Amino acid sequence: MSAPNAAYPDTPEAEDTPPKRHEWPLWEIFIRGQHGLNHRHVGSLHAPDAEMAIKNARDVYTRRNEGVSIWAVEARHIAASSPSEKGPLYEPSQSKVYRHPTFFDIPEEAGHM
Amino acid sequence: MYAQMVKSTGDGVKSRDEMSDEERAFQDRIDADEKIEPKDWMPEGYRKTLIRQIGQHAHSEIVGQLPEGNWITRAPTLERKAILLAKVQDEAGHGLYLYCAAETLGVSRDELTEDLLSGRMKYSSIFNYPTLTWADMGAVGWLVDGAAIMNQVPLQRTSYGPYSRAMIRICKEESFHQRQGYDIMLKLANGTGDQKRMAQDALNRFWYPSLMMFGPSDKDSVHSAQSMAWKIKINTNDELRQKFVDQTVPQAEFLGLTVPDPDLKWNEETAHYEFTEPDWSEFFDVIKGNGPCNAERLAARNKAWDEGAWVRDGLLAHAEKKAARRVAAE
Amino acid sequence: MEKDQLFQYLLRFGDNTLVLGHRVSEWCGHAPVLEEDIALANTALDLIGQTQMWLGLAGEVEGKGRSADDLAMLRDAWDFRNVLLVEQPNGDFGQTLMRQFLFDLWHDLVLTELQNSAEPRIAEIAEKASKEVRYHLERSRDTVIGLGDGTAESHARMQAALDLLYPFVGEMSAPDEIDLAAHEAGIGPDLAEIDQRYRAALSDLMGEATLTLPADSFAHKGGKSGARHSEHLGHILTQMQWLQRAYPGAVW
Repeated sequence: MSAPNAAYPDTPEAEDTPPKRHEWPLWEIFIRGQHGLNHRHVGSLHAPDAEMAIKNARDVYTRRNEGVSIWAVEARHIAASSPSEKGPLYEPSQSKVYRHPTFFDIPEEAGHM
Repeated sequence: MYAQMVKSTGDGVKSRDEMSDEERAFQDRIDADEKIEPKDWMPEGYRKTLIRQIGQHAHSEIVGQLPEGNWITRAPTLERKAILLAKVQDEAGHGLYLYCAAETLGVSRDELTEDLLSGRMKYSSIFNYPTLTWADMGAVGWLVDGAAIMNQVPLQRTSYGPYSRAMIRICKEESFHQRQGYDIMLKLANGTGDQKRMAQDALNRFWYPSLMMFGPSDKDSVHSAQSMAWKIKINTNDELRQKFVDQTVPQAEFLGLTVPDPDLKWNEETAHYEFTEPDWSEFFDVIKGNGPCNAERLAARNKAWDEGAWVRDGLLAHAEKKAARRVAAE
Repeated sequence: MEKDQLFQYLLRFGDNTLVLGHRVSEWCGHAPVLEEDIALANTALDLIGQTQMWLGLAGEVEGKGRSADDLAMLRDAWDFRNVLLVEQPNGDFGQTLMRQFLFDLWHDLVLTELQNSAEPRIAEIAEKASKEVRYHLERSRDTVIGLGDGTAESHARMQAALDLLYPFVGEMSAPDEIDLAAHEAGIGPDLAEIDQRYRAALSDLMGEATLTLPADSFAHKGGKSGARHSEHLGHILTQMQWLQRAYPGAVW
């Protein structure tokens, strides 16, 4: 049988069922990078309200790159069609150089890492 | 590997004749390397196995913050402190991505969290070992993240779309983790006598627990067979363990450190290293809750969760009041 | 402004961010929810980065060849110049966020002014740090308001945190001779003026958070002058400096 699905209700129009008490609602996060592209879905997170969802998105999904625009949509308000295309990739922030593997100078003799 | 001994249906892989029409169509999609998305039809066993696997993986990331977090306030330089903090923060992020992937299967993060806290769900055995010296930050990055990457790279191709996307993101972020660990080991291996001893001691303590991360041999496991048919497991445990040893031994040699296995030797014919299996009775003890740090790790997670309840409730109550005030003003 | 005074002045900023960054980093892996865990780590990372800049410059000004790491890892408590507020223990999450907010509000005001410093290297650091701290403030302010206004329990905890930490607020904006010298040289802001703006903003925000500012305006001091730190600082240093002290001269 089909999977019951709280995050993406299996109906063309999302059912407006409020989240369980004491649980922060789930938000879908869309981010527009610096290059003038469209907003893209980058992932989800939990937050008590829209403002905090945007702040959390900034901390979780942009590591605070300047010049980005964030949309947060509560997951239960997403109306979805049937199977979606391939998922979005995401360029992480450039601001913390040590997050990038090339920051560390590994001698060739040590082999691939 | 952050998911160990994940149980599947336990019934073995169905033949095409035994499958329903829906199951057959589902298997065909997987065999054609199509991704399964949250709204697609899926067998209940697939959904449940994925929840167990992704949940265990997520829990491992969160509990995995603790042994390294243990050294953030003691890192030897400001740069090392920043790097370690960024790494442990990434683990929180990875846990978050994975919980979100699990949530698309109809389970909430809070439900999964409660299952972790009560001990109903497991996390990787490796995080029940203590980090005693700064060299352990090197060993954990080099060996533990190295072992995790062995498993996570192929999982980018897993059949479940949200899981695959989470793994792609995680692998991209995680590639710096192993290198920062090896970088710590390099500094120690080229350092003072004390630093070299520290590095060797860390390798001694983390070698076999790292080999255990892949789990016991599963070549005869019905659970693994089903998971592999569904492409939520890509390689056998033994394959990955061998690959890890083959990759890691030369790295240890380059550091001038000795892998604590007197029977380790290169086999020209197979072009693989022969190595001693870890003590599996120790592994089962750790899984059962008798590892050196099981009690502390679970206690730390329980404390964070319990003491955070008023914060989660408080911020939610404020959000609700704010929304009510907004409605009243309209 | 004399060289030693400038050195001391820079240590104040660097030690504030060093000690607060250390405190905030203690939360990693222990926050009430993953999103907060990640956000706190970002704050700590920013503060550590700012420390590298401030203490790096302090070492340069001192001219004795000490690096930022030397200053962080090899000074004892009496040589630290951070305000007492930032070395206060984390307490519960509310206490941590209240401490953060009380500091961020001051930090933001001061960094904004420091961008016009007559010392270009200070202006440069302030410009970078200011962007980060503006966001810290947004976040800590929203959280303090949210928890103050939230449930009866969260309100009570935030009021207790404010009562506990309020006596450490005054030190930040009470000018001493180094602050005055910096202001006269066009290097630093007029703290008395900062104090007025700080108190006005604080009063507004505590109103929004439904919290009551304590009537007693007593202020502890002795942190930024180094005259008398709290006992907490020594314990921070025993952790932070352990490896450098235990293995002198080793490279990590």
